Amino acid sequence: MTAQTKIASAFDAAKARADFPILSRQVHGKPLVYLDSGASAQKPNVVLDCMRDFAATDYANVHRGVHYLSGAATDAYEAARRTVQKFVNAAHEDEVIFTKGGTEAINLVSYSFLAPKIQPGDEIVLSVMEHHSNIVPWHFLRERQDAVLRWVDVRDDGSLDIEALDAAITSRTKLVAITHMSNVLGTVTPLKDIVARAHAKGVPVLADGCQGAVHEIVDVQALDIDFYALTGHKLYGPTGIGALYAKRSHLKEMRPFNGGGEMIREVTRDIVTYADPPARFEAGTPPILEAVGLAAAMDYLNGFDRAAVRAHEQDLYAYARQAVGELNWIRVIGDAPGKGAIISFEAEGMHAHDIATILDREGVAVRAGHHCAQVLMERFGVASTTRASFGLYNSRADVDTLMTGLTKAREILAQGSIG
Amino acid sequence: MDHSLRELYQEVILDHSRHPRHFGVLENATHKAEGYNPLCGDKVNVMLVLDKDGKVADIQFTGKGCAISQASASMMTEMLAGRTLAEAQKLMEGFIHLVKGEEAPGLSPDDREHLDVMAGLSEFPMRVKCATLAWHTFSNAIEEGAAS
Repeated sequence: MTAQTKIASAFDAAKARADFPILSRQVHGKPLVYLDSGASAQKPNVVLDCMRDFAATDYANVHRGVHYLSGAATDAYEAARRTVQKFVNAAHEDEVIFTKGGTEAINLVSYSFLAPKIQPGDEIVLSVMEHHSNIVPWHFLRERQDAVLRWVDVRDDGSLDIEALDAAITSRTKLVAITHMSNVLGTVTPLKDIVARAHAKGVPVLADGCQGAVHEIVDVQALDIDFYALTGHKLYGPTGIGALYAKRSHLKEMRPFNGGGEMIREVTRDIVTYADPPARFEAGTPPILEAVGLAAAMDYLNGFDRAAVRAHEQDLYAYARQAVGELNWIRVIGDAPGKGAIISFEAEGMHAHDIATILDREGVAVRAGHHCAQVLMERFGVASTTRASFGLYNSRADVDTLMTGLTKAREILAQGSIG
Repeated sequence: MDHSLRELYQEVILDHSRHPRHFGVLENATHKAEGYNPLCGDKVNVMLVLDKDGKVADIQFTGKGCAISQASASMMTEMLAGRTLAEAQKLMEGFIHLVKGEEAPGLSPDDREHLDVMAGLSEFPMRVKCATLAWHTFSNAIEEGAAS
């Protein structure tokens, strides 16, 4: 009870919910219950307003412009970079590369950092719970350069087998690519321990932080991590923007990714020389509005006591986990200790898409399918799961509506088949 | 209870999905194809025997997926057995119109009545592709799936 009171005083979820205009709409005549933040989070007014205001008053293309607005836009864009820098506690602002999302951030590392180092037989260590965005860029190196993917299993509860990961890192390993938080299982990986073990063998580590950056407090210096990828739209920010944190020492030696404007020092008929990081990796006009929106989202999130936000999400998770656990026709995938607020499950005799359709008619938005994690689906022997993922704006009442909807799905889909 | 949901998941459809007809591998198939929806993971394999007269002499399927995709495959195999390719083509076009909530003038009254259980899908545009997967797979089997 005291813990509950303390959480309430530190983070007022009902008040935060009112910051998100979409959450007051109805779907199919029912109040929206949004449990798909793991796929993409909704945006608070401050983000929407900030992007509109910026476009209405200070917008122009960034860099090299002489006129007033180009200066104002460049200031806003570079201020956004410093916001991301502080958000992940990077030592230097030029260690933050803006990308169009988490996927592009990981592809950048694959192409610019790792590909030039790969000899046939070199290994990349990754876990079976990775999102396709942290699998396919490494498959490219397998296909094109004969790299070998070394898969690290998870335990039956969805937790990472750290000893197995350690054992998988050998003298052939060129990179460890691992999620910070699984988008299906909710498992949070022990990044600090992983980095320490990899570095002990001289191997750099990339973390996919698309979920982790939203729910955990990231300190890339404390982690001593080499690369950390994040995306804006899961972080209550806009789509089309993400960021890669990379150590300065790595960036300096990395080849350019896309070629175009902004990323050069000099272009002649015969040669081209490249700008220093971060510009070297930001060819073309960047997503300026979106970068400003991302910074607003990070400021919004940092305006709360983030530990209290996490405690709120943990409370929702525990509440939902218990309710789902009482149904003997549901099998939850992923029960790792300390996991984030995501519940994936299979229901006896019911396909995830049929469940999701019925929940949708109750106004409940969940995700159904393989969640871009087919390797993990295979590991658990399922074709698809239903997933409820929570954001800071969710409430216990949302969980109650989910449970009512699940019971209804059971009534409809299992009619006549159960005694 | 939501009326459109009851209509979508009516007993006939649930029965087909739980007890699919013509389910299993057809060893002597002359045509076959695999249908897969990578977005949701639904799978339907269609196998058939096309006789000398261009009739579907036998048809079976295997698959895994949501109730709609499996029920639709089951109903399709039931309806296609014994039809000529021209009839099958007409039936497929009619079916696709029907699940999209469009007029389906090409369907005979009998076929229209038989397929009526699927008409509720028009209220669920996100799920139409679940129902059409088996039919597209059949079409692929005919066009590209001749056994060599």
